[in-house]
Amino acid sequence: MVSVNYYLALSVILFIIGALGVLIRRNAIIIFMSIELMLNAANLAFVAFARYWQAMSGQIFVFFIMTVAAAEVAIGLALIVTIFHTKSSIDVDQISTLKG
Amino acid sequence: MTLQLLLFLILAVIAIVAAIGMLVSRSAVYAALFLILDLLTIAVFFVLLNAPFIAVAQVSVYTGAIMVLFLFVIMLLGAERAAGEVRTITWQLPLAIVLGVVLLAEAVFIIVQQRNALPAVATQLPVDFGSPAQVGTSLFSNYLLPFEITSVLLLVGIVGAIVLTKSEKK
Amino acid sequence: MLLNAANTGGFFYLVPFVVLFPVIGLLINMFVGGRLGEKAIGAIACLGSGLAFGVAVLLGLALVGKPDGLVVPYLDWITIGTLQLQWAFRVDTLSVTMMLVVGGVGTLIHIYAVGYMHDDVRHNGDPGRFRRFFVYFNLFIAAMMILVSASNYMMLFIGWEGVGLCSYLLIGFWYEKGKDGIGNALAGKKAFIANRIGDLGFLIAAFLMFKYFQPLAPNGVFSFDFDSVASLAKQVPPSGILAITLFLLLGVTGKSAQLPLYVWLPDAMAGPTPVSALIHAATMVTAGVYLVARSHAIYSLVPMAQNTVAIVGGVTALFAGTIALAQFDIKKVLAYSTISQLGFMVAAVGMGAFTAGMFHLVMHAFFKALLFLSAGSVIQGIERGEHHVEQDPNLRKRMKHEMHFDAQDMRNMGGLRTKMKVTFWVYLVGALALSGIIPLAGFWSKDEILTEASALNPAVYWLLLLAAFLTALYMGRQILMVFFGESRSEPVAHATESPAIMTVPLVILAGLSVVGGFINFPSVNTFTHWLANTFSAVAEGTAGGEAAPAGFNFVIATVSTILAVGGLLLAWYLYMNRVHEMRRLPQNQRADDPLRPILGPVFTLLENKYWVDEFYGYIVVKPYEWLSGFLADKVDWNFWHDFFHDTILVGGFNGATRLLSGPIDLGFIDGISNFLADGFKELAGQMRKIQSGFVRNYALSILIGVICIIGYLIIRLG
Repeated sequence: MVSVNYYLALSVILFIIGALGVLIRRNAIIIFMSIELMLNAANLAFVAFARYWQAMSGQIFVFFIMTVAAAEVAIGLALIVTIFHTKSSIDVDQISTLKG
Repeated sequence: MTLQLLLFLILAVIAIVAAIGMLVSRSAVYAALFLILDLLTIAVFFVLLNAPFIAVAQVSVYTGAIMVLFLFVIMLLGAERAAGEVRTITWQLPLAIVLGVVLLAEAVFIIVQQRNALPAVATQLPVDFGSPAQVGTSLFSNYLLPFEITSVLLLVGIVGAIVLTKSEKK
Repeated sequence: MLLNAANTGGFFYLVPFVVLFPVIGLLINMFVGGRLGEKAIGAIACLGSGLAFGVAVLLGLALVGKPDGLVVPYLDWITIGTLQLQWAFRVDTLSVTMMLVVGGVGTLIHIYAVGYMHDDVRHNGDPGRFRRFFVYFNLFIAAMMILVSASNYMMLFIGWEGVGLCSYLLIGFWYEKGKDGIGNALAGKKAFIANRIGDLGFLIAAFLMFKYFQPLAPNGVFSFDFDSVASLAKQVPPSGILAITLFLLLGVTGKSAQLPLYVWLPDAMAGPTPVSALIHAATMVTAGVYLVARSHAIYSLVPMAQNTVAIVGGVTALFAGTIALAQFDIKKVLAYSTISQLGFMVAAVGMGAFTAGMFHLVMHAFFKALLFLSAGSVIQGIERGEHHVEQDPNLRKRMKHEMHFDAQDMRNMGGLRTKMKVTFWVYLVGALALSGIIPLAGFWSKDEILTEASALNPAVYWLLLLAAFLTALYMGRQILMVFFGESRSEPVAHATESPAIMTVPLVILAGLSVVGGFINFPSVNTFTHWLANTFSAVAEGTAGGEAAPAGFNFVIATVSTILAVGGLLLAWYLYMNRVHEMRRLPQNQRADDPLRPILGPVFTLLENKYWVDEFYGYIVVKPYEWLSGFLADKVDWNFWHDFFHDTILVGGFNGATRLLSGPIDLGFIDGISNFLADGFKELAGQMRKIQSGFVRNYALSILIGVICIIGYLIIRLG
């Protein structure tokens, strides 16, 4: 029986890597994928705890997270496509017109 | 070292390596493929954690649909190669790494310190824990409202995607 | 039945009505007079005065039964510690005598004035004048009644001031007329100021009275009451009494037009003739004489003051008489004659012959009022003639072209005997009475004064005797110049008699002038006994009363009669015979008056009134004007206004304002706010850089936030 702490540690590591991806990469799509990674790290933690507490609600929540992630990806990619039509580039550093 | 722990460690290493690979790969397609690997690994983890339905959902929805969508968009935009080498914010990378390390340290600290906080529980699970029947029962009774709202959310997503990419009628 | 009622003394309590009736009359005229006609206003005014006279008669009747009289308290005026002033009316023989004179003569003059003012309004326009005149006239009666019915010095002073005010108002009645359009107003002002100087004397006397009498008064509370003054006078040191009496004398010289403050009376002739008759002949100017008579208790204690009063009276009598001789204005002659006769009265009461003085006061009221009113009738007759002349172009050509025809100049008159018969006869009666021709009124009173003077003060006797001679001379001169001979100008030739409303009072007064003297026929002495009730009641317990009246002195009577007749004959000689001789001379060599070639430069001196007015102007008025100009210009305007106000206050204030607005407000306070604003702008400029526009930076800041939160949770819950 693997202790839930190990799953948590893994989840944390995956989350940090995802966060770094968001911060470091300039390709919009890769940033998006890093966000998906972070979501999955959270899913892992949820399911681990669902197993630990023997409560179905953890898994249900993961279900919902997945659904929301799917919708979000759809819209996010649509947005990226739209921006690409305008800017001909998906470098997020070039989308800086809101500069103060 | 039990078999489960060994299995867990192997899978964990694969997941971490795949994640780092996604982080550093220059090609977007390679990054997507690394992520697919990662997602599949997590699906295996779900199976180990007595969540078969979720595991299958992960594979079919996440990997099968979402990642495919990613790959389609990458192809559509021709964004294989990372855009220009000009660094606009030079200090972002070191700072991000430092912060990542700090966060990691914090998390490890918490986990290590709290490792005995959680009480021991029975390791025996109900037979159909995590089965689709269980998920369905819970979903359609306790969580009916969020379920319905999620369906609306998906509708919104569809409509939104179409609206956003619709071209202006000349 | 009436006498029975009188005997019980109940009538005494009517005394407030002598004041209230005229007051009611004036209030009615003042508030509703605008809607009434002339007749109504005149009737109300005459009633106001007439009813007061009626009450005086009732009081007189009451006094016959109870000669001691009564003090009727009315209300408490001022009560502060050691001072207690009351409005209390004093009914005794002296005050009722004055009330009868004021009320009687006053009412007759009111009636006359209705006719006089009616003509005045017709000649000069402005109907509103009529009402104003009678309001002032009634006010005068009220004030004079307060003066004579007062039971203490302060109430007397109220009346004293009141009549002074009315005199001012009525002298300047035609305020837009006179020399340079302002002469009448200036005359009124002169009267008021001269009176004021006299009033100052009165006030100082009152203050001294308080100082000396108050410690002696019962309970230390002094009320200026005549009785208490009379009873306490002996305990006051003589120097104090002397001071009081001399300052009172100053008041008397102001009000009764004696030396040195007489100068206002001739100028007061600028007022309408009824005013001159009532105020400046019969009543107001006699207030001084009344005051001395009233204060006999204190005057009797200081022979030196008595002497001073008598000398002042005597010298004034002679002085004014000489001036009257050379005046050409009909009213001015009568004015100086009044001053002279007042000198007689003042001399009399000064010597201690109080009854003689009061007797002459009453007689003089009759015939001087008569003379003034007749003079008014003459003047109006001439004005009627002038009006007639102006309507007729033929006559206008014959009139000598003069810049301004003076209806009051006797040199223009003459021959009015035939044109204004009634006026002539009454005027003659008045003039003979004034000259002291037996058996008319003036003879008895003047003779009594001369008799007393020969006994008490020989120097004054000679002065008065000479003045009596001059009186006859100038009155004869006046009669002859006005009524005899030929008319010397066109308007006079066409003069007409006055209406009955004016001549009837004249006839009544003439009657009084004829028979009036018999109220004090020697050895019967009704009047003396009447007044003795007042004077000796005091004498009994206190200061010296009046000396016993001297009997009829045949020698003195003869001497004075000879002088009077002699004066008239001399006037006849000069103005009837010498005038004819003068007529033979060519026009440019002809003098305007037979006396001028005789007296030469003396005549000019007299004509110009010894240049006293100019002297006063030089000594008093000019320095005073200089001082007020100095104070107004240099001190008030230059110093206070320009320097202090403008430079220091306004300039300082402006400077302070500029300082506050400039450096402090703009510089300092604005500086602070600008500094803050700029600081914030800088800060915002720096903070703006957080918005780099890069999404990754925003994500980084989110991560930093997460780390901080987790770190916080670790520390708190760890």
